[in-house]
Amino acid sequence: MKAVYTRPKSLRDVKMHYCPGCGHSIIHKLLAFAIDELGIREKTIIIAPVGCSVLIYDYIDCDGTEAAHGRAPAVATGLKRTMPDKIVVSYQGDGDLAAIGTTETLHAANRGENITVIFVNNAIYGMTGGQMAPTTLVGQKTTTTPTGRNPELVGLPLKMCEIINQLEAPYYIERVSVHDVKNVNRARKAIKKALDYQNKGLGYSFVEVLSMCPTNWGVNPVVAAQWVGETMADYYKIGVFRDRGLQQGVK
Amino acid sequence: MSEATVKKERVLMKGNEALCEGAIIAGCRYYFGYPITPQNEVPAYMSRRLPEIGGVFLQAESELAAINMVWGASCSGKRVMTSSSSPGISLMQEGISYLAGGELPAVIVNMVRGGPGLGNIAPAQSDYFQATRGGGHGDYYTIVLAPSTVQELANIMIDAFDLADIYRTPVVVLGDGVLGQMMEPLVLPEPSTRKIPEKDWIIDGAKGREPRIIKSLRLNPQPALEEHNLKLRAKYEKIMATEVRYEEYMIDDAEIIIVAFGTASRVVRSVVNQLRAENKRVGLFRPITLWPFPYDRLKELSEKTDVKVFFDVEMNLGQMVEDVKLGVNGNKKVLFYGRTAGMIPEEDVLIKKILEVY
Repeated sequence: MKAVYTRPKSLRDVKMHYCPGCGHSIIHKLLAFAIDELGIREKTIIIAPVGCSVLIYDYIDCDGTEAAHGRAPAVATGLKRTMPDKIVVSYQGDGDLAAIGTTETLHAANRGENITVIFVNNAIYGMTGGQMAPTTLVGQKTTTTPTGRNPELVGLPLKMCEIINQLEAPYYIERVSVHDVKNVNRARKAIKKALDYQNKGLGYSFVEVLSMCPTNWGVNPVVAAQWVGETMADYYKIGVFRDRGLQQGVK
Repeated sequence: MSEATVKKERVLMKGNEALCEGAIIAGCRYYFGYPITPQNEVPAYMSRRLPEIGGVFLQAESELAAINMVWGASCSGKRVMTSSSSPGISLMQEGISYLAGGELPAVIVNMVRGGPGLGNIAPAQSDYFQATRGGGHGDYYTIVLAPSTVQELANIMIDAFDLADIYRTPVVVLGDGVLGQMMEPLVLPEPSTRKIPEKDWIIDGAKGREPRIIKSLRLNPQPALEEHNLKLRAKYEKIMATEVRYEEYMIDDAEIIIVAFGTASRVVRSVVNQLRAENKRVGLFRPITLWPFPYDRLKELSEKTDVKVFFDVEMNLGQMVEDVKLGVNGNKKVLFYGRTAGMIPEEDVLIKKILEVY
């Protein structure tokens, strides 16, 4: 019988701790597929962030390390500057990347560090129990915005792809989503492309992935996926912001 | 004639530059840091020198970024350092705690300036508590080395990198604005011959081996973190038992022992010389490792019948004096004289205070 699906080899066959309907497990799998397909498992180092996905190193079968909250791009810089031939992946959530770690995010991007940042945007703090994130939408209720995010008090949600797109150095910037099959397939290609560019030494890549957090949103997984597709993707436009590889005909 | 037997020439260097050469001789090729006075000669020197020898200098966007770049670089097993001064070192404390928890070697130079807060840019020793009590959150210590001359500062960098690697722990070199800024003649140190354990913990891509993780998070199963902390504690006990360093000057027959480290000890040495010229039996005890602190030796000295009193002299309002008291353990009186916020203890004041109790 022909196998139509197999687990990526770089993804360990273990039970994940994520909640039902959480996007992290999908994104981990996409990352593992990309690592398999590019044949880079034995030279990849994954940086786990502070947040729900800190245990990513239990799931991806690669060398890994942790970063203090927000500092993953700095850790990535230290790794890459000492080992330029390794593949360095900084996997970060929204609070990590766009609140406490905005400085490191922008400066690593601005230096054009040859690293890949995977930015999981689920518009909320997951592990700490559902507080407002820098990407929480206007009106969205969280434990620290009980009546909904009020931009007059806390500003508007940050669009990180758009901000990073103001910088000269980044090589590849794309926003994808994992709320349905079509978008999961697109996200899979984007993550692979980002790692491929790094492997070819082409420079900094940033892939923002819109993702679900049904537990902290207080909805079921189906509604959560619908909310990403209809509401989040309306504010955070899915698409390629920059692809120098495409412009330069990189194969 | 081999290179090693060529007599090295004396050179005249600023402390901040000499420590860079010491680090380079120790094999450090990676430096990440952020500007702050009074240590700016360190990044300036490294930015020129490291690229010449195939190393990497990177000016970070903050001290937070710098210490976390150090984490990343240290994961490779290569020797890496950063430097800063008091407010910047405060910003690095979270990262230093992570380095201790993750058992990553690194060397951190603190050219201490006056505080609290932005304080001033003058030399001080007021980061003693912070340096010797871990500094950040959690159950840990860092080794703290306190040189008192430019020569010793250059030499101590070799020791610092060795200790960091041997014990897989961050090491702090504690100087101050005087030590960093002044020029003194020195002979550049020789590379170390100490045996460094094989680095079988580095992460460089899991080629032909099981993947490794370098982390400080230990959630499950309980008591995973306690077990880890007890392992760290065992390491600290070994460091306390084997790595204490101090200098004794004119101490054999001393009736008054003055305890001082770093720049303050230079004032004390001069005072000891002046009082010895008047046949006063005064000596200097200079801790070189502030952690581990030489408690045992101070206890021995305090049990000598000749010794009447201890005098602790610092460039702060009394921090190391607590450790001196712990060492002396009530056997003798411990007096204190210090100046703070960039002021240097004055020789004539110290002499007067000593003669009052002699």
